[in-house]
Amino acid sequence: MTNLSPAGLTPRPDLRPSASGGHLGRRLRALVLSDYFVLYLSLACFLILVPFLPTLSTPGNLTNLMSNMWPLLVVAVGQTFVLTIAGIDLSQGAVMGLTSVAAATLTATTAPASVLDTAPIWGSLLTEQGGLLAGNPWATPIAIAVMLALAVAIGLFNGLAVAKLAMPPFMVTLVTMIAVGAFAIWLTQSNNIRELPESFVALGKGDIVSVWFGPKLEAQLPRKQIYPFVTWPMVIALATAVIAHLMLNRTVFGRWVFAIGINRKAAEISGVPVVRVIVAVFVISAVCAAIASILYTGRLETGRPTLGGGNFLLDVIGATVIGGTSLFGGKAKILWTFFGVLFWVLLSNALNLMNLSAFHVDMVKGVVILLAALLDVTRTRLARAAT
Amino acid sequence: MTALLAFDGLSKEWFGVPAVTGLTLDVPAGTTLGLIGENGAGKSTLMNMVGGVVTPSSGRMAWRGEPYAPVTPADATARGIAFIHQELNLFTNLSIAENIFIDGFPRRFGFIDRAGIEATTRALLERLNLDHPPGAIVGELAPGERQLVEIAKALHRKADLIIFDEPTTSLTPRETARLFDVIARLKAEGRTVIYISHILGDVARLCDRVAVLRDGRLVDEGPAAEFPIPRMIRSMIGRELSGLFPDRTATPAAEVVFRAEGLGQPGVLENVSFEVHAGEILGLFGLMGSGRSELARAAFGLDPLARGTLSLGGQPLTGSTAERIAAGMAFVTENRREEGLMMEAPVADNLSLVTVREFGRGPLALLDREAHVEATERARSELGIRAARIATQPVKSLSGGNQQKVVIGKWLMADPRFFILDEPTRGVDVGAKYEIYALADRLAAGGGAVLFVSSELEELMGMCDRILVMSRGEIVSGFPRPFDREKILASAFRETVA
Repeated sequence: MTNLSPAGLTPRPDLRPSASGGHLGRRLRALVLSDYFVLYLSLACFLILVPFLPTLSTPGNLTNLMSNMWPLLVVAVGQTFVLTIAGIDLSQGAVMGLTSVAAATLTATTAPASVLDTAPIWGSLLTEQGGLLAGNPWATPIAIAVMLALAVAIGLFNGLAVAKLAMPPFMVTLVTMIAVGAFAIWLTQSNNIRELPESFVALGKGDIVSVWFGPKLEAQLPRKQIYPFVTWPMVIALATAVIAHLMLNRTVFGRWVFAIGINRKAAEISGVPVVRVIVAVFVISAVCAAIASILYTGRLETGRPTLGGGNFLLDVIGATVIGGTSLFGGKAKILWTFFGVLFWVLLSNALNLMNLSAFHVDMVKGVVILLAALLDVTRTRLARAAT
Repeated sequence: MTALLAFDGLSKEWFGVPAVTGLTLDVPAGTTLGLIGENGAGKSTLMNMVGGVVTPSSGRMAWRGEPYAPVTPADATARGIAFIHQELNLFTNLSIAENIFIDGFPRRFGFIDRAGIEATTRALLERLNLDHPPGAIVGELAPGERQLVEIAKALHRKADLIIFDEPTTSLTPRETARLFDVIARLKAEGRTVIYISHILGDVARLCDRVAVLRDGRLVDEGPAAEFPIPRMIRSMIGRELSGLFPDRTATPAAEVVFRAEGLGQPGVLENVSFEVHAGEILGLFGLMGSGRSELARAAFGLDPLARGTLSLGGQPLTGSTAERIAAGMAFVTENRREEGLMMEAPVADNLSLVTVREFGRGPLALLDREAHVEATERARSELGIRAARIATQPVKSLSGGNQQKVVIGKWLMADPRFFILDEPTRGVDVGAKYEIYALADRLAAGGGAVLFVSSELEELMGMCDRILVMSRGEIVSGFPRPFDREKILASAFRETVA
């Protein structure tokens, strides 16, 4: 009879730190376990790739890289909350699509009948003269309020279904993803709505400086050369991340989120308002998606129903998990998500500069997610061995 | 006699706290060694080192005179060491035969040799007097029978050393008797056994030698014949234990703290009424399935109640669990691992789970981290929880008794008036039990009321002012001091005796 050891117990000397572990070994372990590991990894990748891809470090590309980073960061921050309670939110992309359409429908300054006359909203909400609020000075703030309200509604639905009806988050948000996504596409018959007002577009790509001093003075301002990368999306994304960090790590609410992720039953018995916290987490996730939608919609100058479609979900969850947040709940940090997004955007950017096709890019990204999962396992083992 | 397994200066530290220190001990081949000690004495750590789950910080082990340094559990299995754990490691959805052969199915012509497996399994089961076909699904067996399957697995692997870790905690008396028969037979076959238990009578009966651990050190060791139970207790706790129970320092007052009237839930509770007074420890006794824990859960708002009213300090209790906690209720559940603790989270976060709201400052409820550190550290030292760095050390690294103190501590921080303790001493050793009893007394002495739910009549008789007996969802009788053991038991067994 063969005497195989059970699969899970197979010794893996390569993953096991030696008990003696020399000086270098300990350094390496500390590095891998550090909060900043993914940041170091990103910097290392950057430095290694620059000689081969000189375009990577040009100011133009760096601007591009960062402008790709901010909206993704906002979505990933929302996803981090959901992953912390051992949930998942698949509907973020659909929320982005719907809110993008809603904003454009309200604020578009003009719309071509040739493109949009088949859309159900044509004639009532959207006409040749643009959206309902076309020309209204308050169009942008009202549109943003509507976007956030829609997100809150979808988040409430997700959260209540998960918390009150005890449905699995995967199923609930899968349903919302399909239904809301399809609804957004139906609204415009899959067409984009262009011609958004300046004030909205500025939120997606405007420099702080140009918004501050008005477009006419733009070229003469010396400060523009000093801070070329400080844009509205950057400010909005970083503010979101900082607030999220404070919420998750420094507030009572954050403790509750972690408690539910680690042991929901114990949290319930200890008087944690489990239902309210779960609902709040899904609302946060959807609101983050809506904020990202503001940034993307402004940057593209387009209300696009398929915003957040395709492989976008892969980017969000991939970036979050690479950062170190666990899919099993109870282990997350906004800082990790920040570095995860940085790494992910750098990777996508580098792959694009290599002139790979979209298919190749996604194949490589898949492998990277696999490596991230392996990294998570290794870190857990190292952490256990260190105790 | 050569030592089958030998420890030489073996040590292990967790977070700088020694769990096992300089342990030197021989386990001679063919003996049955009883290993005893309080929770946290280092038994589990020692066994995990033998099993390749934990790597020693220093020291050596030897197996049949050869150096032995297991890196994975598979290394231990390969040498011939088998563990029979409290929590069994069986696949409940597979058959007995599949479980026994899980790590290597014999093959014939490339296919699994079903007939061969069945024949071998049948022979093993006969040796253990387990009357089930090899194809029986393990999930359908009783706990004691599952344990025999584990032993069959060990026999099949030709294990020379079989380590039993608290094997009788979930067994009925009859299953326990059968297990002891099997252990006697293993001894007769010349196998070596390490038997770990809190039930000292069993250790005295089964073992040839006894080794006592305290604070990670071997404090006493010798032939079982020279080891009467008082010596075991003395060695374990390092002092004479005057009694198993602390003296009660309070007497019940007239003031009613908690009142339940006409509680009912179809199929679970029937017309349950009782009251608990300030300074009183009220015992609730009942057999398995009598509705003890269900009553506790319903009173805490965790399970629904179709009928009846509850009040605390005269105020009706109707709201959610959170509101009941705010009103001054606390509930130590019978299952600390699944319902009491966040095992992966630090000790401090567990301690403050109930009261974390109080550390919120300002409209955003920002945590006051200094106050948090201070309050949790105060709770730690008051309860005597043995942990080095409570802000980072996960609660799962603590011993069972210390974990239970964390559960009690998280409620104490909320300063409750009515405490429900559901099996608070389950899986806890003599010394820690005493501390938990003393805590219950302290709660009552402080003017609180305690509902002490237990399946161990001795501890209720030792600690309570009154005992209520439940059976089939009803309170069938109540007994004041002095208690009559026979009468209480007869009342609890009313369905089966009368």
